[in-house]
Amino acid sequence: MNDLLLSVHGLCVDYGLGDDAVHAVVDADLELRSGEVLGLAGESGSGKSTLAYAITRLLRPPGVITAGSAWFGSSVNLLTADQRELRGLRWNEIAVVLQSSMNALNPVLSIGTQFADVLRAHRPDMSRADRRARSGQLLEMVGIPADRLNNYPHELSGGMRQRVMIATALALDPSVVIMDEPTTALDVVTQREILEELMALRDRLGFAVLFISHDLSLLAEIADSIAVMYAGRLVERAEASAVFRAPRHPYSLGLLSSFPALHGPRLAMEGIPGSPPDLRNMPSGCPFHPRCGYAFDRCRSDPPPPLLDLDAGTRVAACWLQDGREAVPAELARPTVDAVPVGAEVPGAAVAADSGPTGGRA
Amino acid sequence: MTIIPLDRTRTANGASGGTPVLEARGLTKHFPVHARGGARRAAVHAVEDVTLALPQAGITAVVGESGSGKSTLARLLAQLIKPTAGAVLLDGVPAPGRQRYTRQVQLVLQDPFSSLNPVHNTRYHLARPLRLHGLASGANLDTQIGELLERVALSPSFAAKYPHELSGGQRQRVAIARALAMQPRVLLADEPVSMLDVSIRLGVLNLLADLRDREGLAILYVTHDIASARYLADVIAVMYAGQIIESGPAAQVTDDPAHPYTQLLLSAAPDPDRAEPPSLRGRGAPPNLIRPPSGCRFHPRCPFAMTVCADERPVAIEVAPGQTSACWLHAKGLTAAQSRPLREPGPEGRPLTKPVTEAQRPQGPGEEKR
Repeated sequence: MNDLLLSVHGLCVDYGLGDDAVHAVVDADLELRSGEVLGLAGESGSGKSTLAYAITRLLRPPGVITAGSAWFGSSVNLLTADQRELRGLRWNEIAVVLQSSMNALNPVLSIGTQFADVLRAHRPDMSRADRRARSGQLLEMVGIPADRLNNYPHELSGGMRQRVMIATALALDPSVVIMDEPTTALDVVTQREILEELMALRDRLGFAVLFISHDLSLLAEIADSIAVMYAGRLVERAEASAVFRAPRHPYSLGLLSSFPALHGPRLAMEGIPGSPPDLRNMPSGCPFHPRCGYAFDRCRSDPPPPLLDLDAGTRVAACWLQDGREAVPAELARPTVDAVPVGAEVPGAAVAADSGPTGGRA
Repeated sequence: MTIIPLDRTRTANGASGGTPVLEARGLTKHFPVHARGGARRAAVHAVEDVTLALPQAGITAVVGESGSGKSTLARLLAQLIKPTAGAVLLDGVPAPGRQRYTRQVQLVLQDPFSSLNPVHNTRYHLARPLRLHGLASGANLDTQIGELLERVALSPSFAAKYPHELSGGQRQRVAIARALAMQPRVLLADEPVSMLDVSIRLGVLNLLADLRDREGLAILYVTHDIASARYLADVIAVMYAGQIIESGPAAQVTDDPAHPYTQLLLSAAPDPDRAEPPSLRGRGAPPNLIRPPSGCRFHPRCPFAMTVCADERPVAIEVAPGQTSACWLHAKGLTAAQSRPLREPGPEGRPLTKPVTEAQRPQGPGEEKR
């Protein structure tokens, strides 16, 4: 259950070359274990989709991978693999579900033809009847009757098209499925249905999911662990409940207080002041410091630290507040464990700055 | 429990007594379509008999899925399209002519990336309404533009910037400033934050709340995000298939939803506080609005549907002070035949968790309570 499927180290991706290059992903480290759902959270422009495209080598020019490694299992470095190796891995082992199913399905081919295409390309020894049977089986797996195989994409609703995309991604029993905002364009009820089906399929088939979304509240619910990206850098990575209950990076804390709750007293919330930086014109030091209520001199001058091991190595965060030299504000040092009541005295945590501007207080 | 006819449904937020600034009465909009081989006069029943009041200094949220008619409602209220039936009342009287109406009621659109003209700077966008309505000229113009920018928390230097130099949140602020130029009393905001980055949405929502508190604007907040509606609005009206099916004070509707569709919407919304995965009651998709279902439009999906639901359209029933729900489950005095379940209970089981309190549950004959 705990085999390391995908391990990404020091991945850097630029758009463009030379001095004008925009650093879309800087020094990203990720690990995905079999059967795990890893949520990748971030706003538009944070580099989360670029990261996924780089791992799958689907990045198009002017995107360039400038450094790093991405090992699939222990044998293949996806970033240096040749086309033949990639061809063997793509779809068979690593499948991708793209954001906009409307554009990903070919409008002039029936659903059945599009399934058959995948199977014919990757399983040449399958007979036509077998392909047909397998396609029907896949459709039913995602809750669509098999007679829909003769339908064209325009005859299906948005939710059904997205289900078809998931079914095609699963056609060859991959061990990793990368999903880029798979439910963003859908209504909440449809989104919930698809997520339920996806999780049930994950339990049954045992694939791992890299789930990219801007919706941290959604990830907190479905993911096992969450990595948060800001301006091309991973700023925090931990178990989902730990990120949600006890964020260690001010940006994660700010993001969490940007989602109004469905219960409890209605509190005034601040969100995060300012707006995400322009990647062509990045602030000095930590890219988040202009919006961060806890920033001090070091944040303005020095680039952010590498991901620091915190809480006995169970989680990482890239923030100068967490390197042990500074007093950590109480909101960023909440205990991860459920048993400790919120607001209890945290050993080693300072009490001083508990009214930081990004804290979601009334 | 009293049954209030739809046209007298009042919003919960203290507008009692005073006339609401803007009011929709029985608004209906059918868009004609040319259905293949279908009936001659086929039409999409986009909005059906909607009654809604926007009180001064209040935010009313209209929540619904795509295709529920919420944007059409906003457009009807902005008088961009003509209703098939019903009326829009400004201060209790039928809306005046176009120019006088737009002075009072302004619309903010969803996408600030396409609602601002890319070849013009902010100053142009803000000066144009002021000039067209003869509200400012010459030196006065720049002062007013500065003030407008200040009202949406932007510095005067933004006047010289072009849309591409602004972030999404800043663009939406400019769009709001443009709407505020005429000193309107009503702001209709159609999904104003759905295109914005997560971290800046709250800033724009808080700006709308400020405009309500400081300037007493009546605001319509159209959204698909029920959590943000709960955060911002005083009153929430939930739309399904062109009709308002539940409305009431925001916290009340979200904490104690009375209509099965509202419950479905809430159980589907992302909620990290949830202890265990939600069970969805009423899967499936909204109906075809060319031939909407008979009776209650939600009955084909409703896990609690009864015979009466397929036959008759429910009226809005007051279930709590200020909260109304258009659902037969809350009606009293149904006959045994009417309240017979329409379908066999599904695998999820029939008993309601918390939808309807015991006292409001349809009672079988002879076991009248209270």
